[in-house]
Amino acid sequence: MKFTLSWLKQPLDTEASLEEICERLTMLGLEVEGVEDPARKLAPFSVAKVLEATPHPDADKLQVLKVEALVEGEKKVLQVVCGAPNARAGMSGIFAASGATIPSNGMVLKPTKIRGVESNGMMCSERELELSDAHEGIIDLPDGWVTGTSAAEALGQNDPVIDIAITPNRPDCLGVYGVARDLAAAGLGTLREGNFPPVEGAFDCPIGVHLDFDSDTQNACPVFAGRLIRGVKNGPSPKWLQDLLKAVGLRTINALVDITNFISLDRARPLHVYDAARLKGDIHVRLGRKGESLIALDGKTYEMSPDYCVIADEAHVLGLGGIMGGEESGSSETTTDVFIESAYFDPYRTAKTGRATGIISDARYRFERGVDPAFVLKGLDLATKMVLDICGGKASRVVVAGAEPDVTKVVKFDPARVKRLTGVTLPESEMSDILAALGFVIEYGSDGVMQVAVPSWRPDIDGEADLVEEVVRVHGLSEVKSTALPRLHAVARPVLNVAQRRERMARRALAARGMVEAVTWSFISEDAAVLFGGGSDVAPGLKLANPISADMSQMRPSLLAGLMAAAGRNLARGMNDFALFEVGQQFENDEPSGQVLAATGLRVGTAKPTGAGRHWQGKAGPVDAMDAKADAMALLASLGANTAAFQITVDAPDWYHPGRSGVLRLGPKTVIGYFGELHPRALTRMDVAGPMVGFEIFPDAIPEPKRKATKAKPPIELPDLQPLRRDFAFVVDEGVTADQLLKAARGVDRKLIVDVMLFDVFQGGSMAEGQKSLAIEVTLQPIEKTLTDDEIEAVSKKIIAAVEKATGGTLRG
Amino acid sequence: MTDKAELETIEAEFARAIADAMDEQTLDAVRVAALGKKGRISEMMKGLGKMSPDERRDMGPLLNGLKERIGEALTARKDALQEAALSVRLASEKIDVTLPLRETALEAGRIHPLSQVWDEVVAIFADMGFAVENGPDIETDHYNFTALNFPEGHPAREMHDTFYFDPKADGSRALLRTHTSPVQVRTMEQGKPPFRFICPGRTYRSDSDQTHTPQFHQIEGLVIDETTHMGHLKWTLEEFLAAFFEVDGVELRMRPSYFPFTEPSMEVDVRCARLGNEIRIGEGDDWLEILGCGMVHPNVLKAVGLDPDKYQGFAFGIGLDRIAMLKYGIPDLRAFFEADLRWLKHYGFAALDVPTLAGGLTS
Repeated sequence: MKFTLSWLKQPLDTEASLEEICERLTMLGLEVEGVEDPARKLAPFSVAKVLEATPHPDADKLQVLKVEALVEGEKKVLQVVCGAPNARAGMSGIFAASGATIPSNGMVLKPTKIRGVESNGMMCSERELELSDAHEGIIDLPDGWVTGTSAAEALGQNDPVIDIAITPNRPDCLGVYGVARDLAAAGLGTLREGNFPPVEGAFDCPIGVHLDFDSDTQNACPVFAGRLIRGVKNGPSPKWLQDLLKAVGLRTINALVDITNFISLDRARPLHVYDAARLKGDIHVRLGRKGESLIALDGKTYEMSPDYCVIADEAHVLGLGGIMGGEESGSSETTTDVFIESAYFDPYRTAKTGRATGIISDARYRFERGVDPAFVLKGLDLATKMVLDICGGKASRVVVAGAEPDVTKVVKFDPARVKRLTGVTLPESEMSDILAALGFVIEYGSDGVMQVAVPSWRPDIDGEADLVEEVVRVHGLSEVKSTALPRLHAVARPVLNVAQRRERMARRALAARGMVEAVTWSFISEDAAVLFGGGSDVAPGLKLANPISADMSQMRPSLLAGLMAAAGRNLARGMNDFALFEVGQQFENDEPSGQVLAATGLRVGTAKPTGAGRHWQGKAGPVDAMDAKADAMALLASLGANTAAFQITVDAPDWYHPGRSGVLRLGPKTVIGYFGELHPRALTRMDVAGPMVGFEIFPDAIPEPKRKATKAKPPIELPDLQPLRRDFAFVVDEGVTADQLLKAARGVDRKLIVDVMLFDVFQGGSMAEGQKSLAIEVTLQPIEKTLTDDEIEAVSKKIIAAVEKATGGTLRG
Repeated sequence: MTDKAELETIEAEFARAIADAMDEQTLDAVRVAALGKKGRISEMMKGLGKMSPDERRDMGPLLNGLKERIGEALTARKDALQEAALSVRLASEKIDVTLPLRETALEAGRIHPLSQVWDEVVAIFADMGFAVENGPDIETDHYNFTALNFPEGHPAREMHDTFYFDPKADGSRALLRTHTSPVQVRTMEQGKPPFRFICPGRTYRSDSDQTHTPQFHQIEGLVIDETTHMGHLKWTLEEFLAAFFEVDGVELRMRPSYFPFTEPSMEVDVRCARLGNEIRIGEGDDWLEILGCGMVHPNVLKAVGLDPDKYQGFAFGIGLDRIAMLKYGIPDLRAFFEADLRWLKHYGFAALDVPTLAGGLTS
């Protein structure tokens, strides 16, 4: 909210400087967002007197002036060439000396010659000083200004404009008076109490007012008051009022409207004025009806709804209560009889109607936050007085429907609560003083407990904590002293749980594999969501009703969508080989359990884990599914998973290449993740070029390790005997998986066989069509004694038999 | 029969042959000729057995001496030849050690500044005894607003620019949490006081410009017990900010403000210096608004079944993205979510750059 310093000083008697006032406002919670001091930009300019004005020898439209001005503290007579037709000897105007910057164009003046005549400085027009658009001549000050007086003073431009942010809990400070009250309570001056003697009416108001509500909707407008003023002259408002409104950025309309705007800003009391000649019969306050419409003061037509509170006469809707009046019934220059409305509208309904219509107005802003319900009639008197003073006329008696709602509230207050909540020690008397200055009324019950009556303009105060805030806010939050939080343990205990540890470990593990962490949007397009198994049909609860754009309308079912899009952007920037990952939330449904943590990565081009691109030691090939598998497995190992226990199946989701992808499972139901080459169709749909492989791991699917009673590791067995290794190659059908073969070999003797390593896969060449050769190295670890040749032979035979049985293959001769 | 002169001749011959041997093969031939089974010296040694004791007494030491000297000469020559051969080999074995290596994975990988800063924040608060709690991004009106004392229709709700989902059959409407405060409620519902925790998380508002993105990140902090007051709040924030920005101390200014879920509510400014585009925390004579906080509102405590006459405490919320930008001089919030590799490489952190209090948050 904006107001000028002089406006503030009407209700606040203070000697405080602008800086002190601003500082205190901010520290009271009325944050100063800006101060505009018009005097600042006028600082280089001052009053000067034109002593002589003679025609320019070489130009018809120019004159050569001798100007008496104060330059650097010294009175001087300077020669100035001037083109203004109104420049004449004896006048006073505003002078800009050399070195001054002209506000309108940023030009810095310097001594110059104009058509051969020296010119030192300039006499200014209003436009040049950004006071108005007037540029027909130079400023012509009334007589009596002393040479050297500051321009700000001579032009009345010395009233700084203060802009403060008002939090939604402080509707009382949406008027200058409320701001002054807070400052006075904080000791920055004295509040001049407003005095609103009722203005006696000369006749009965011919326009009746009625509240037409049911008992369950009557809170929409509990009181509606008004009166007619006959014979007003509604011209432009007086200069002081125009200046005030203009200074805070409001357009001046006419005296009647300007008065209501002034009272709205001054007292946070919105009013409305109707041209009585345009009213048909009595005024009814009621709910809107289907089919009714209103052309509001903003020129737009609004359809009425039974949820809206409307003001109507017997023919039309006149306005939306507490929001905006209608164009038709508004006041104009020709208005002679005016009906002034002062009412109270329900904040909730006002806010709802405001949202539904999208109308933003000063009235709505105040009513939806809560205006002072006890100021309805006083506000009407204040308005009446101003209208009579400014526009003349005769006022009727007041008509009132309903009554000002009773908002009496008494809060029990234990002064010890201040110390308990804030740590600040404060005498009870100071607390009482602060509360009293803010308008609270303090009484002590027979039990000695402080009972605090809340003023009608403070709907935000409900309980003790609110009063504590008032006290400490006015006393000064700077009095709150830092107090160490008690340390719970001498040495801090670990705080992260398994899931949290895994999440951060996943990031470090993937970054350590050369991948770069991205953070992408939680929302993606509908098309992308469908591509990755989501979309409105599958997960209707994940579609935003009010997305920023269609591209960001669905909660992501997979992080791959965002990563692939990011890959596309990076490819477009000329990056060819890179690996990205993200660890974040993806969504299956809108329940908390439907939010799943995923650690997802992509490799693009030749960004293999061992290095990318061309290199003198060897060129990296295109990324393949095994690179994605390597990432997935390394990640899982770093998360503490027993990767040997996983099964790998070949039924990865649709966005993976069907023949080059896998699913990591733990048992038939638990999916730990996916890996593989991305489906060519997914690449096309996401408009990115491959090769591209990826993986998705769900860290929370990994079983949590069992808690152990001790941190000690089991004892280690270190056999003295050397292990021995034997190689076997088998010819199998190409459909046989490595896993089948390895499992069979390992299962032969789990004690003796400590490792089975597949070191060769061979297909084609001498191999028959549809067959391949798999070669393994088996490591045998004798424990107690060296193995005899017979024993080795026996194990070898068992291995061959087991593999042949499991795979249907044969030992390669 | 052999005599001493003959032995000297033989020794001289072999000595010459050894010296003349230019490779190990030739030298070995000399060794065989001299000391091999049928070598000349070996044969002579065999002859010792046929000698008379006297002869043997004379010739024995002579022959043994000869054998020993020739053996030593052979070894010495062998060593010399090997040494020479090695020198020759080494002289031919040269590489250009300036040839560049591939970038290693550890060099290539990066941690996003948000994750790094999150780890920093956890390190600090963990030391102060704060647990870490999480909550869902998709929330109900109850947890995001009502339980946090935002009455329905309250203007403060509108300030949140909430993303909503389509209404469900029962009329309820899920939303994207606009702050991490719902986690306060969820955690307090699940547990028993005292509480001391932080909750990190992604938050959403339908707002998009240079300084606002529709998603951003917050850290919520909450302490609830029977005695914690605003002085503790101020201390906690001072200690956290000084540790986070890695300065000796910070000066805070608390200003009254308004959040429905705290009372009193405050905004906190930190003393800073503005040097061009850079902001330095902990020095200078300017203020920077950095976070919002307050004492938990009695209605919030009541909503989770706690007696506000017995329990009290504070809550605060800090923008994680914002403090990351401040600390690391990152100019544009939007870039956080664009995944531009050039940006990530520049502002990101190495995998092993794990922030610790012992080693410093940044090295």
